[in-house]
Amino acid sequence: MTKVIKTDRRLFAGRYDSLNEIREFVAEAAQEAQLDSQGVYAMQLAVDEACCNIIDHAYGGEDRGWIECQIDIRSDGLMVTLMDQGKSFDPQKVPPPQIGKPLKEVKPRGVGLYLIKKMVDKMEYRSLAGQGNVMRLFKRKR
Amino acid sequence: MEIKHSQFKRCDLVRLSGRLDSATAPILEEKLDEITEAGRFRLVLDLGEVDFISSKGWWVLINTQKKCKRFNRGEVLLVNVQPQIRDSLELVGMGKYFKIYDDVASAVGSF
Repeated sequence: MTKVIKTDRRLFAGRYDSLNEIREFVAEAAQEAQLDSQGVYAMQLAVDEACCNIIDHAYGGEDRGWIECQIDIRSDGLMVTLMDQGKSFDPQKVPPPQIGKPLKEVKPRGVGLYLIKKMVDKMEYRSLAGQGNVMRLFKRKR
Repeated sequence: MEIKHSQFKRCDLVRLSGRLDSATAPILEEKLDEITEAGRFRLVLDLGEVDFISSKGWWVLINTQKKCKRFNRGEVLLVNVQPQIRDSLELVGMGKYFKIYDDVASAVGSF
């Protein structure tokens, strides 16, 4: 049975210079959850991309809201929960990135979400009416 | 992020250290724009001391590659890309837009 060993929660300003602090918070938890070095990097990258999406798309720019980050160190890996009060989105409607296109035609759309999905074992996104948005990312320890 | 730029006869070498994310990508973009606006399109980017690159960072490199490859006037070559960074690059299919070298001398010598 999965057991939660430790939970911690921090609030970060929705701005790009919070990203390093958020990644460090997550990396420390990932190491404590005994993810290997690839797993630690993957979780940091997924969380960074998710936070950028919150700043760029949910809030529409820097300094317009907060990002709440909760880590749950579990017996089977690490769960990171990101919460924001910005605009919601439908992950199903984000087009996949244009993998395989010639260089001059390639555009950035959809890469962030694609990376998030590829980097973690499980991604869940929910928009709670009047209470903001929640993204949960889980990475299993190997 | 720290950026060190050296200009050689046949190419420019840009050594980066630190993290390349949404906070630092604009700083690199400005530097690379400065080089390409000076008409120099053969670039070697040494990423040996870069420990994190997000998609915003990759887009700076891809946009610079587009500029350099236009009219076959040059190319961006990458050197010393750390394994986990390389994995994420390959995962989103962006690896094919760059030649990756293991050492600076080979990359510089290829121009």
